[in-house]
Amino acid sequence: MDLREKPAARPLSPHLQVYRLAFTTVLSGMHRITGLLLSAGSVVLVAWLAAAAGGPESYGAIGSVLASWPVRILLAGTLAVFWYHLFNGIRHLVWDAGFGFDMRAARGSGALVVLFAALAFGATLALTPGWRWLVGDP
Amino acid sequence: MTGSRHWRNQRISAVALVPLGVWFLYALLSRPDLAHASVVAWLADPWQAGLMLLFGWCALWHSAQGIQVVVDDYVPAQLHGRARLASRLLHAALALILAAAIGVIAMAGNT
Repeated sequence: MDLREKPAARPLSPHLQVYRLAFTTVLSGMHRITGLLLSAGSVVLVAWLAAAAGGPESYGAIGSVLASWPVRILLAGTLAVFWYHLFNGIRHLVWDAGFGFDMRAARGSGALVVLFAALAFGATLALTPGWRWLVGDP
Repeated sequence: MTGSRHWRNQRISAVALVPLGVWFLYALLSRPDLAHASVVAWLADPWQAGLMLLFGWCALWHSAQGIQVVVDDYVPAQLHGRARLASRLLHAALALILAAAIGVIAMAGNT
């Protein structure tokens, strides 16, 4: 093989199999996965606004998709993912500021993130009129 | 772009998205209903439309930054450049559609 055709040697992430899964590892992986899911959610948000701009007819068309049960469950999942990524993102920012690096602190802050995300998710589902309207609660 | 600039920009969008993300969810879900007229009335307010644009653009910027890191980590060199470009173009297109949609809704709500 001609060396000039060889692509630049760039380090890729090591394979996941070489690690033993720990609580903090799972949370770290979830941050990336939830980020990707929110990227997909942003496409839905843009489509929703574009449909609203198109008028009541196109809005009604996307609305009937968004209010169907499978999509309602996906939207609820997106809501959970939103809160997790937000709280874990704050955890990352605290690390970036130089705090909370030892194992005890990292496990503790991880547990707090899961707790806060669960509480915020539950509160959003139970308390917001917009969500109740979407799932057809009178 | 240098790695440190990418790192810093990702933190800027992250910090901005903490209040903007909470605002967005609150503004959206505190409404009694999400019927068409209700959404149009919401975004007819220039402050709300402006915040929505700011949130949407920050979210798409942050998404582009995050996906670039995922591409850097997992996409092999032969496809790396194309994957990066595809993500950037897609995010730019979404940002344009978002701005146009908010503009149209805001104008419809003020006529």
